[in-house]
Amino acid sequence: MNLPAVRHLLRPATVLVLALVTIGIPLWLVLVTSAKPQGEAIKPNLTLPHHWQPGTNYRTALAEGQMWRGFLNSVLVVVPSVVLVLLLGAGAAWIFARRKGRLVAAAYALSISGLLLPPAVITIVMDLRQLGIANTQPGMIAVYTGMYLSTAIFFMTGFIRTLPYELEEAARIDGASSWTVFWRIILPLLRPVIATATIMVMLFAWSDVFYAFFVLGGGPDATLPLNLYQVASAALYLNNWHLIFAYVALMSLPMVAVFVVAQRRIISGITNGAVK
Amino acid sequence: MTPNLLQAEQRKVSQRSAGPTNGSARPGRRGRLRKPAIQHPWWFALPALAVFAVFFLLPNVLNFFYPFTNWSAFHNSISFAGLSNFQSILHDGSLQTALRTTIEYAVGVAIFQNGFGLALALLLEKDTRFNRFFRAVFFLPVLLSALAVGYVFQALLAQDGAVNAILSDLTGSQVDIPWLGSTSWTLVLLTVIHGWKWMGLAMLVYLAGLKSIPADVTEAAALDGASGWRTFWSIRFPMLAPAVTFNVTTALIGSMNTFDIVQATTQGGPADSTQVFNIYMFRVFGEGLYAQASAMSLILFLIVVVLAIPVILLLRRREQVLL
Repeated sequence: MNLPAVRHLLRPATVLVLALVTIGIPLWLVLVTSAKPQGEAIKPNLTLPHHWQPGTNYRTALAEGQMWRGFLNSVLVVVPSVVLVLLLGAGAAWIFARRKGRLVAAAYALSISGLLLPPAVITIVMDLRQLGIANTQPGMIAVYTGMYLSTAIFFMTGFIRTLPYELEEAARIDGASSWTVFWRIILPLLRPVIATATIMVMLFAWSDVFYAFFVLGGGPDATLPLNLYQVASAALYLNNWHLIFAYVALMSLPMVAVFVVAQRRIISGITNGAVK
Repeated sequence: MTPNLLQAEQRKVSQRSAGPTNGSARPGRRGRLRKPAIQHPWWFALPALAVFAVFFLLPNVLNFFYPFTNWSAFHNSISFAGLSNFQSILHDGSLQTALRTTIEYAVGVAIFQNGFGLALALLLEKDTRFNRFFRAVFFLPVLLSALAVGYVFQALLAQDGAVNAILSDLTGSQVDIPWLGSTSWTLVLLTVIHGWKWMGLAMLVYLAGLKSIPADVTEAAALDGASGWRTFWSIRFPMLAPAVTFNVTTALIGSMNTFDIVQATTQGGPADSTQVFNIYMFRVFGEGLYAQASAMSLILFLIVVVLAIPVILLLRRREQVLL
């Protein structure tokens, strides 16, 4: 009997069918719809376009959706947030991991409370208004940094605790200052967690639209997802599915590209972070 | 890593947490502590603490104050308003709706995200090229923005959308199920979409958990004649406990903050049946009723705290076991 052979093929066949249905269909829908003229795209379906016009659609999405500006705005907000989260988080994590005492324990507990507590998005607006940075990019950077510091501090403190203290002592004997020890020894050793934290912050901040709504609003500083919301709200009214999906495809490219390039590091970063 | 050092560190921690020690032990302990204190000055932690305090903690503190005021777009000054904001969200039923939908949503997401993630991890457990490729494929939705995911599913599930078209072709008759128009089932469908978006992340965590189970344990079970099914439920699943805890808590707490998928598919409808906390806050804030939105935000905060405290305690205990 070739029952074992059938059983052997059952698993890969299941995987293939699952992937086709759950990932293939949505992906196919986005790609074919983004190449259709408006008339064909009104009722979204999986058929191939009768008339192909991907070029026109993608150019329209780029131009009318003001994607370049949105992309630049996203970069200007997400990159400084990531850098600040990593630098400030590493400094705090080093202290929390090495100093002892009740005060340190309390400060650490407070700092990681943001892992679970929701940001108070309504009063953040009030806070930023008082500081005069409501509706600005620095305000958005400050909010993202505050939101993700807890995650960074949690992972980094756990990691630094596993680093041998002798490495620091050796540098001390050679006369290194605290600043040198932090910059030359701790930060380079933190590389694996830095990778994890960067990915986590990127995954959430790059696609955030909720907090961006409250902090940035719909002005000229709108990030890519915020732009998508405005474009789509108008386009849905006009039944422009072809433009929405051209926008979605273009907007997803940067993250997919980052993933393809750094796939192995991202996967190990996420799993190490979760299970330690 | 260096297990001896870790054990020593842990012993130090447990000594310290043992509370007040007798006088003779104190001088020695203090002598050992002085050096880390000098070599790790507080100012390294201050920038992080300052940013966190001003942009995360302070808003949460203010959130205990503004719900009791008349802060809105329609008043020039802010004055005390007692419990009127809470009364109005209670009387118009929006609080009850938000509570019910958010909790149902969170439970649904926890079930589907973990069910999908665990199934995928078990299917793709072996480290083959085929499996590595498909792990990346199933991770794809994690990389997409949740808003984009919402629009994709709106196009799929619209009454004249792609899913009904496929079903019509398969059955040979016209199918027009209002997937996004049911007051009882649309919410469940949204949790399936949310689970679909994040299943790749859950899968990776479960794969790491499965990898950490020593091979000899499962081999011993196989030698004892246990079936694959039995081995899974009696041996491997209990050993996945840390991964389950992590995935379930992040799914529960993460999905209480949901917004994008709901906004992009139903905007809280039909008839408010998917109006979770953040959708309500977004809408009411847009209407200029800031204090009312803030009241809702405070209640969400309190619910998460009630759920989160046991979780923190659990995670911290586990963290100490692992160290």
